[in-house]
Amino acid sequence: MAKLLAVTIIVIAIASAVPIVLHIWPLPADISAHGHLIDEQYADTMWEAGISFLASQILLAIFIWKYATPAPNATIKRFPGGAAALVIAAFVLVGTEVLALGVFGAKAWGQAYFSPPSADALPVQVQAGQFAFYFRYPGPDGKFGPIHANLISEANANFYGLDTTNDQDSKDDIVTAEMAIPVNREIHLLMHSKDLGHSFYVPELRVHQDFVPGLDLSIHFTATKTGKYEIVCTQLCGLGHYNMKAYLEVKSPEDYDAWLKQQAALQ
Amino acid sequence: MHDMSAHAAQHGAPTSFIRKHIFSLDHKVIGKQYYALALVAVIVGMVLSWLMRLHLGFANFAIPGLHLLSKNGAPGDIMTPEYYLQLMTMHGTIMVFFVLTTAPFAAFGNFFLPIQTGAEDMPFPHFNMMSFWVTFTGFIILMASFFVSDGPTLGGWTQYAPLSAVGAVAGPGQGTGVVLWAFSIAFFCVGQLFGSLNFITTTLDMRCKGMSLMRLPLSAWAWFITSIMGLTAFAVLMPAAILLILDHVAGTSFFVASNLVINDSLLPHSGGSTLLWQHLFWFFGHPEVYIAIIPGMGIVSHILITNMRRPMLSHRVLIYSMGALAVLSYMVYGHHMFVSGMNPISSLAFSFPTLIITIPSTIIVLIWLGSLYGSKLRINTASLFALGFVSMFISGGVSGFFLAQPSIDIMLHATYFVVGHFHLVMAVAAIFGIFGGTYFWFPKMTGRMMNESLGKLHFWLTFVGTYCIFMPFHYLGIAGNVRRYQAFVDDYLIPLIPVHKFITVAALATGAAQLIFIYNLIHSRFKGAPAPDNPWQGTSLEWSTATPPPHNNFGDKMPVVYHDPYQYSVEGASSDFIMQTSSESVHSADEEK
Repeated sequence: MAKLLAVTIIVIAIASAVPIVLHIWPLPADISAHGHLIDEQYADTMWEAGISFLASQILLAIFIWKYATPAPNATIKRFPGGAAALVIAAFVLVGTEVLALGVFGAKAWGQAYFSPPSADALPVQVQAGQFAFYFRYPGPDGKFGPIHANLISEANANFYGLDTTNDQDSKDDIVTAEMAIPVNREIHLLMHSKDLGHSFYVPELRVHQDFVPGLDLSIHFTATKTGKYEIVCTQLCGLGHYNMKAYLEVKSPEDYDAWLKQQAALQ
Repeated sequence: MHDMSAHAAQHGAPTSFIRKHIFSLDHKVIGKQYYALALVAVIVGMVLSWLMRLHLGFANFAIPGLHLLSKNGAPGDIMTPEYYLQLMTMHGTIMVFFVLTTAPFAAFGNFFLPIQTGAEDMPFPHFNMMSFWVTFTGFIILMASFFVSDGPTLGGWTQYAPLSAVGAVAGPGQGTGVVLWAFSIAFFCVGQLFGSLNFITTTLDMRCKGMSLMRLPLSAWAWFITSIMGLTAFAVLMPAAILLILDHVAGTSFFVASNLVINDSLLPHSGGSTLLWQHLFWFFGHPEVYIAIIPGMGIVSHILITNMRRPMLSHRVLIYSMGALAVLSYMVYGHHMFVSGMNPISSLAFSFPTLIITIPSTIIVLIWLGSLYGSKLRINTASLFALGFVSMFISGGVSGFFLAQPSIDIMLHATYFVVGHFHLVMAVAAIFGIFGGTYFWFPKMTGRMMNESLGKLHFWLTFVGTYCIFMPFHYLGIAGNVRRYQAFVDDYLIPLIPVHKFITVAALATGAAQLIFIYNLIHSRFKGAPAPDNPWQGTSLEWSTATPPPHNNFGDKMPVVYHDPYQYSVEGASSDFIMQTSSESVHSADEEK
């Protein structure tokens, strides 16, 4: 039975590694300017975690195989070097490993979060609410009008609570149900929640950020490939959570301008 | 040590049924009560997971009779989206609190900590009795939420605000359901605080003559370390739960910000902080992971040593490593919040301790592996589950490398990768610890042996089955499959549905295999072969007393301890094990330095 357990552990370990090692199961294709750092960090971590996983499982299996049926006169053998060797190995090997992951990982994280958006980044606002995203573009004046929570009304299609009669800046704001952005242009995404916690996750864009009610946040990114992608909510927000999504279209600059004009006409 | 507090624990053997079996002061009965509670809870939690898996694998699958559970939640036996989330929330809450905390810590700890320390009982038996009954009340309150009009809360076991704090306007179950949930958790916390106080005092004050702290078995050390964590972690969750209740019933706004709009109406809250809940919850929540798993590490080490016929390579290193896990667990909680909107610099600050915590975890695994080397390993159901624990802990542990890094967390946060990680490393591993502990200690607890053939069958089906369930979760997460979805309607998720079908089939089969365990447990309790006092040739104090132990644990004569806990295969000894109470004088193999 011990030998069967050893073989089972090895089969499970190898079967688990196959889809990763053979690249059958990669991350979704990256379409962002900053994503390659995340992907490289993921690949490095996969190597280190994968080797730790396979080595430990295989050692476990070998020791079970070998020592479960000792000869009748067998004596207890001590692991060469004893506990001290293992503690040193853990500190040196895993210590170096996690230090390296921590330092290089900080670089990937810093690139996404520690640099301000460039001055010519295109501002877009996204508002999350049960169970839809709405997007706002500032229009020709480049300014977003203020949000009046008491004016927010799904019934009147005033999703942002804009007062277009009195607020000059709101008059040319463009509100849409889907998001379009120009390719290769930095986007400064201003995030606002009207009700609860939500999240903005586009796997291909390597972007994931929660909305915090009462605290407006912003992130910035550049998409490098045109196409249609999905924005999904990952923060449990109620019964329709699974269905809270919107499309993100990355367009050529010309297509984007045409789309924005079309949307402005619909306001 | 012993003389000082012996009186505190002394209480005569009860005679009435109620004092003996219900409101018992005996730590052994209380331990069994906790075990029974965990058993009922795990059955409920497992059935909930079946219902969830059926719904996820086969959308709109009519589950016969489901409407009997909830008319509104399952009209025509088909689960509604909100009912899925309600069952999911209850599954998580029941499993984390009433199974993973209750069984390895409260159940086995209550039964065996006083015996392993050589005490007659816990020092505060009334507190101990209250600890169980308060926990039981918490469980009843939680179950009651199934029967309120709009059902239990749907907010997930983490109960993030403001979804949890704004009331019924946020969805079904978010009014009364949340209040019941928070009361249940507050009760549970009180029970754990009482229990932890008893555990700590037992370990420090109630040890018998000769039982120095370093002579305590690893299981006792694990319970001791866990009880210190319990005292500090639950002491934060309880006030958080009370603040949440106040947001519902007293018009406060601890967790709700100003100017929130639901269904076109402005909420009457202002000035609270959404992130405050997450900080309070995870300050408890991460230590909780270790509260669930450290007792398992202790139990598994104890079982492995007995079955390897040797002590661990180093007793002290294992104890210090478990202690390091406990201390570090308070410094890492922010890794649950990398993309929460917390300052991104804090994310880095939490990332490093999270990576560092892999060092003591690795040391523990390496000590297990290094001790297996050159041992005389006995294969029985208990040791199989202990070895299974080691395998599961490795598999679940390595995915921690990914989740410890905020940059990679951008991809994997809130996906099935996280679900796969924590199920393997804390849930399944802890359950394997519970199973191992059950097969190992059942003879001492009941006086009867469990059936080994059924036990081994149970192991094989469970071991292979759980890998089939939880390994694919990681692949789903890598593909961006978001958790807590009741259906997969996004274009990019639809191709993943076959994987979900496979997981559902595996979950149902593995779940069915647990019926073998329940049958074995009940059948052996009444019909099992009578157990000898020391069926596994163990050395610690639980094996030197009668089976089952008498009311005051050791009969007329209190034990005196002469040896370190694990004197196996000592050269020159008369047998391959020397009990802690044996006065046989040998050149002690203590520990290998």
